[in-house]
Amino acid sequence: MSGVKRFGSRLLQLVFVLWAVATILFLIFRLMPGSPLAAYIDPSFTEEQQRILMARFGLDRSLFDQYLLYIWNLLHGDLGESFFYGQPVGERVLMLLPNTLVLSLFSIILAYMIGVVGGAYLAWKRGSFLEGATIPFVLTTRAMPEFWLGMVLLAVFSFSLGWFPAGGMRTAGSEYPSLLALYTSGDFWRHLFLPALTLAIYFHGLPLLLMRSNMLDVMSEDFVTMAKIKGLSNWTIVVRHAARNALLPVATSLAIAIGYQMQGSVVVETVFSWPGLGRELVRAVSASDYPLAQGAFLLIAVVVILMNLLADLLYGLLDPRISHA
Amino acid sequence: MPSETATTVQATYPSRFNAFVGGLWRIIRSIHLPLNDPFAMIGIVIYLVFFLVAVFANQIAPYDPTEILFTEAYDLAADRLPGEDGFVLGTTSLGRDIFSQLVYGSQSALLIGLTAAAVVAVIGTIVGLISGYFGGVVDMMLMRLADIAFGIPFLPFVIVLAAFMEPSIWNVVFAMALILWRDTGRVVRSQVLSLRTRAYVEAARVSGSSNLKIVFRHIAPNILPLSFLYGSIAIGWAILTEASISFLGFGDPETISWGYMLQDAYASQALSTGAYYWFIPPGVCIVLVVVAGFFISRGYEEILFPKLKE
Repeated sequence: MSGVKRFGSRLLQLVFVLWAVATILFLIFRLMPGSPLAAYIDPSFTEEQQRILMARFGLDRSLFDQYLLYIWNLLHGDLGESFFYGQPVGERVLMLLPNTLVLSLFSIILAYMIGVVGGAYLAWKRGSFLEGATIPFVLTTRAMPEFWLGMVLLAVFSFSLGWFPAGGMRTAGSEYPSLLALYTSGDFWRHLFLPALTLAIYFHGLPLLLMRSNMLDVMSEDFVTMAKIKGLSNWTIVVRHAARNALLPVATSLAIAIGYQMQGSVVVETVFSWPGLGRELVRAVSASDYPLAQGAFLLIAVVVILMNLLADLLYGLLDPRISHA
Repeated sequence: MPSETATTVQATYPSRFNAFVGGLWRIIRSIHLPLNDPFAMIGIVIYLVFFLVAVFANQIAPYDPTEILFTEAYDLAADRLPGEDGFVLGTTSLGRDIFSQLVYGSQSALLIGLTAAAVVAVIGTIVGLISGYFGGVVDMMLMRLADIAFGIPFLPFVIVLAAFMEPSIWNVVFAMALILWRDTGRVVRSQVLSLRTRAYVEAARVSGSSNLKIVFRHIAPNILPLSFLYGSIAIGWAILTEASISFLGFGDPETISWGYMLQDAYASQALSTGAYYWFIPPGVCIVLVVVAGFFISRGYEEILFPKLKE
């Protein structure tokens, strides 16, 4: 299959999956027992007021009409209005998205720095005690509930030692003229560090194990043997010859990692009161703010699906053997 | 029951019993428990210990985990430190015994973990078998379903689902059954694709075996270790997911689980009061059970992919 055709079919698949996820979400939110407005309609409302309200949200029509309206609105980027904030959902979730992305990206960068350097080092020190302890250690970090790790870090570094703030994104009362000014302030980074570290500890295992096994593969290749025969130093062989070749598959796993990170941030954001998409989803679901919960879920799903696509395409691009499958 | 049927049942019993034992033995053999891998053994021992604790929970736990306890002087026994007044791990801020909660937590963890793993492995294996063996339209449809499942962010999905259903520990199992078969399904499918072209499968087909017989008798035993690999990972996923859901407040408030304990500790300001004895033990238990599953799955990987051992 040619590259363009492959890309086209993947894009078609993307649209299909997006449509399916949106439909499933519609069904979950409409087929549940009780009116979706139950939390919104006050018992003191008159019959007439209730009807007007139902009509405003399109709930007086048939399920199929509601579905068409829902898809139509989605296509126009209209996610409805939050019950709780009385603000368009699209506006609200797009406002929170950057906070989640900053947290995800920073923690991924941290995780990949630890993982790539650590993995390369361990492959170099093959057979040492440290290398033997790696896999059980990495598996243990993967087995930790992310929120529990966050709780422990909070208790130690924030409450007991007082090195970091106990949550949120900035010190209460502080004002910044723009998002950029906020993201570049030291205060923001002090708040960012613990949640990002939590996610990074959880996530460093993937790049570390990938890098290690790739390095071991590459180290047994002819060109590395050749470099050894030439008498190059260990450092030059590991860094200039082996690591560069072992890095490619690790890089492709990055996109998948971002997708997973978005999901993991749901609990971590809640522990650290980080004003992001995941925490908003939890709060919206608890408060029965269905339009907002729906919007937050959809946006998270879109990021996950896009990242899956990106990983697929990158993989095919970097390893041409894949696209012939 | 009429005596007539009783005797016929009895008469056929031994042969049926033998067939049952024979079948069971075949399954056990094809599972290939990774007994010579030290990590896998550690994992199995951890499971055994937690299994025994769960079974004998009412003998091990000194108190009812939900009971609000009082001292002999009729004071509320709240926020006791470990060892104080005879509470091994201390008490919660509502005066409940932490050690007893920990012991009973193993019950829900194992219940959720094992059922979810079984459900995920069974659904994934069946989907993979059907999809890989029959191919065509069935394969196309099942794999598109898997694409959709991959597009759904798992934890957010469980949250939304848990919010709409009655709070119950089974929500997690249900959500995993709906979504997490995807990984097992895809891997089993690709394995079946290569198995179905093997000579012995060809031979079975030529000699007139039915599709059903080929799939379950000749192909399925070869992919069982793979199903177990994914099953043992799913145990960990289920326990972690249940913990996250309980922590976020969508769990079953009637069931004592480690996730519930952590939520209780977090909501009761245990972090700021430095009550480490309250929130460290449940986390350690979760890590132990989940890592045990990972260790066992690693043992399977080495059986399945011996190259990894190098």
